[in-house]
Amino acid sequence: MPGSSTAAELVSYAEAVTRYEPLIGLETHVELGTVTKLFCGCPAAFGGAPNTHTCPVCLGLPGSLPVPSRTAIEYTIRIGLALNCSIAEWCRFARKNYFYPDMPKNFQISQYDEPLCTDGWLEVTLEESELGAYGGGAGGPRTFRVGIERVHLEEDTGKSQHMGGATGRIHGADYSLVDYNRAGIPLVEIVTKPVEGTGALAPAVAHAYVRELRDLLRALGVSDVRMEEGSLRSDVNTSLSPRGSGRWGTRTETKNVNSLRSVERAVHYEIERQAAVLDGGERVIQETRHFHEESGITTSGRSKEEAQDYRYFPEPDLVPLAPSRDWVEQIRSSLPELPAARVARLQREWGLSGVEMVEIRNAGALDLVEQTVAAGAAPADARKWWLNELARRANDTGAELTSLPITPGGVARVVELVASGTLNDRLARQVIEGVLAGEGTPDEVVAARGLAVVSDEGALGAAVDAAIAAHPDVADKIRGGKVAAAGALVGAVMKATRGQADAARVQEMILARLTQS
Amino acid sequence: MPIARDDVAHLARLSRLALGEEELDHLAAQLDVIIAAVAKVQEVAADGIPPTSHAVPLVNVFREDVLVECLSADAVLSQAPAVEQQRFRVPRILAED
Amino acid sequence: MDGELTRMTAADLAAAIAAGDVSAAEVTEAHLARIEEADPRVRAFLHVAGDQARAAARAVDERRAAGGELGPLAGVPLALKDVFTTIDMPTTCGSAILDGWCPPYDATITRRLREAGVVLLGKTNMDEFAMGSSTENSAFGPSHNPWDLDRVPGGSSGGSSAAVAAFEAPLGLGTDTGGSIRQPGAVCGVVGVKPTYGGNSRYGVVAFASSLDTPGPLARTVLDAALLHEVISGHDPCDSTSVDAPVPPVVAAARQADVSGMVIGVVPELGGEGIQPGVLAKFNESVELLESLGAKVTEVSCPHFSYALPAYYLIAPSEASSNLARFDAMRYGLRVGDDGTHSAEEVMALTREQGFGAEVKRRIMLGTYALSSGYYDAYYGKAQQVRTLIIRDFEAAFERVDVLISPTTPTTAFRLGERVDDPIAMYLADLYTIPADLAGNAALSVPCGLAPEDGLPVGLQVMAPVLADDRMYRVAAAVEAALDARRGYPLLNDARGLA
Repeated sequence: MPGSSTAAELVSYAEAVTRYEPLIGLETHVELGTVTKLFCGCPAAFGGAPNTHTCPVCLGLPGSLPVPSRTAIEYTIRIGLALNCSIAEWCRFARKNYFYPDMPKNFQISQYDEPLCTDGWLEVTLEESELGAYGGGAGGPRTFRVGIERVHLEEDTGKSQHMGGATGRIHGADYSLVDYNRAGIPLVEIVTKPVEGTGALAPAVAHAYVRELRDLLRALGVSDVRMEEGSLRSDVNTSLSPRGSGRWGTRTETKNVNSLRSVERAVHYEIERQAAVLDGGERVIQETRHFHEESGITTSGRSKEEAQDYRYFPEPDLVPLAPSRDWVEQIRSSLPELPAARVARLQREWGLSGVEMVEIRNAGALDLVEQTVAAGAAPADARKWWLNELARRANDTGAELTSLPITPGGVARVVELVASGTLNDRLARQVIEGVLAGEGTPDEVVAARGLAVVSDEGALGAAVDAAIAAHPDVADKIRGGKVAAAGALVGAVMKATRGQADAARVQEMILARLTQS
Repeated sequence: MPIARDDVAHLARLSRLALGEEELDHLAAQLDVIIAAVAKVQEVAADGIPPTSHAVPLVNVFREDVLVECLSADAVLSQAPAVEQQRFRVPRILAED
Repeated sequence: MDGELTRMTAADLAAAIAAGDVSAAEVTEAHLARIEEADPRVRAFLHVAGDQARAAARAVDERRAAGGELGPLAGVPLALKDVFTTIDMPTTCGSAILDGWCPPYDATITRRLREAGVVLLGKTNMDEFAMGSSTENSAFGPSHNPWDLDRVPGGSSGGSSAAVAAFEAPLGLGTDTGGSIRQPGAVCGVVGVKPTYGGNSRYGVVAFASSLDTPGPLARTVLDAALLHEVISGHDPCDSTSVDAPVPPVVAAARQADVSGMVIGVVPELGGEGIQPGVLAKFNESVELLESLGAKVTEVSCPHFSYALPAYYLIAPSEASSNLARFDAMRYGLRVGDDGTHSAEEVMALTREQGFGAEVKRRIMLGTYALSSGYYDAYYGKAQQVRTLIIRDFEAAFERVDVLISPTTPTTAFRLGERVDDPIAMYLADLYTIPADLAGNAALSVPCGLAPEDGLPVGLQVMAPVLADDRMYRVAAAVEAALDARRGYPLLNDARGLA
């Protein structure tokens, strides 16, 4: 029932994927980061007071006509090329006709049977850590090639706010308020081919696909891809087929999936729900479902049993697009290094493992580590500091890694100071704390707090002698051959020097004084 | 093949026209005649003939990604049947279409 | 003097104003007076913008006084079909659903007219959303033919055509989708021109059928039409379908008026069954006239023209069903049923039911049908293929001849009420004009005499290739000059409807 939030019957996930084979597909909409809208010169920027970014064209006023943005088309071709698609030599926009108050013309200018880009693919690799949750992981990372059916360009709709109801959702509302600022913003729709053979990993593959796609789009510079602002929206299709039956099941389309985690949860839930339906001898209804963030369930939206007839026909107000092969090649040659290639290259250059690279990417630290290495740090050290100390501090304060008040250059300097013996790890953590607190650069913090490792042999020797004198019994043990006991004396020296001694050197000096080498 | 009255009622719903019963009957009869007349196009042998959507063959007409002045919210809303919070107030929408 | 001013051509008025023989203000005043006198009977105007017109005329006079440059039509009044958006006048498109709507922007053509110093007298009546051939589909009542007030002035640009024929304005603007400029021109005894599709801008022209709609001039002389043609034409970056090419030299062609050596084709498919004998007779006389003027006339068959009418009545309603979807009571225009009990969908349906007339509803449903899944290929798809064949017929014909001619309409002006209950009979008025709309090439109607059986005007249609609009003006001007010379006085002097 529309609007009902009562959970359906479910079959456990493990059971469901034993008896059924999932098939997933994803439809992702990306708002392009162009300056202006697709068919007019109004700003495409997010926000603005209601109905202040509109003109006769995006309002669809009688007599208005669309003129397409060259930049939006270029961005679309860029996306298609990065997804290994073929770019159409000739294609048209089409009208998709249906009535809805957020659509000023009651048709959307989109593309139908002549999309700009077709037949590509995106490789998605799941590392062991991601596979573990689904019982995989033993055999190493798994790569899935997700086929891309099409990439096309269309205009976005306005935005409605539903008033008077209890939940702010459409059901139960008394009336709605419509803002057309968003109407006409260029939207690229990316549709995958059905993704087969994922088995139990289906939710993880869906998650990873959206993440890879997001990173790719960001690298291409065509969108700011913020799922929370709606510039990246994904719908996910799920169907089940009884194992060995050879028949594909009926699919449902789940909307309102607003984060990567939600993509995964939605697929997971749909598998459990549909398994229960099929187990019960019922039919899965072909429909659109709504995902609920708080509960992780999907509920029935509108029925797709009676498929909408959009009465598509070629847009008569627009002339065909015929991107020249020269233009396409020019766009291709301007593509930046794509994320997958970049990650592979950096992994090679840095000599890190696949797992370590995944950890870096999941922490959103790839750029930071790269910049720290460029500033002179060894990759392993750069990784260590960003993923351990700095990640912890970011977590503690609820900040993003990138917004911590320390630069890659600063981190590289700290690494250098440790490598040269000026700092040890413990002192280095204190230096970082000082930098984050705004006390200055690493060198300034070292100077101000007096945190340099004591390297003056004379001072060290005096501290060592004092420790030996203070612990005669321990000293005797060492003299007697128990070298391991030196640890206690090292500890005493470190305490006396407030941690600013080089522990290894202290150990050397103790042993030199108390044993015959 | 004559068009059924139910089909005409369906067309009216699709087109958002709240036709009265008598009007529906009248229009159904007229549509029937018109559809039979326009069906004459099916007599033309057109295998392999490409359809024409634009009489004059232009391609690749674009505009540059440059801002143009918008209408003021006042100009946009001044003719609206109902306005609230600087937005178009519309009656309750049933589920998404 | 007033009566004389309204009898002058646009060219002569412009020259007189430029020479200082008369002020633009006087010219405008004379025409406003004529409207007041004649329009209660002709009903050409939906909105007369007296104050704005006087202000525009004053601006021309001030410009002239200051030594500024005046364009070729500065100070000349014009009747604008109510399908063009105007920022300072309502735009209803002859429909109740837009009654009172004041657009927040001018059509490009409206802007070009203002910049040229043309004085907009007001907005004229039309069949609702340009769907019709008589103005009987207007929500505000029909207009009347100045030749016989019981007869239609044609449509959909009937208001502009009647205004020009009634001497309420020397110039009119209409739009032609299936014949809606040429047919009213023919039945009112004035010149009506459909330029090459895309030759001017559709931005601000409320759309009926996007791939067919073409704005164009109505005037009492071929030269006047040519002058207006040049003022409004040219590429518009706001209209993706407008052609980026120089405007064909139509004024020069209108002045040249020489057809010697031209090869002219008669299309047998346009003029067969159903043609009124007097219309056929006048057409045949025109053929003889052209031959006597030095043209070679030959027959050129265009076999697919017989399918133009059904193809048009699939393509146009299909595009219209989509173009008119925006009239849904949400953002502007009529709103019915918003009393708290009805949903948005219901308010849309109630509003459209009340706000649209019968012909519009018929065409919306026909178009929805033709585009439906399962029917698309057999109807809309097939019609677009027929369109290709018609284009090829034209191309083949123009390899053999310079222009094609036919009667503009099968009959003279029919009586008000005669065809309102028979949609197909109404559609037949466009039988000869439709092919040029489907193919996009230039076509016009020039008066070629009065049918003997009823004394009503007959139009000669001249069709030229895409972007060769000047050729048809040349032929039309030659015919006009010869007939005017033969007659000895302007044709419209015989229009007794307003006597």
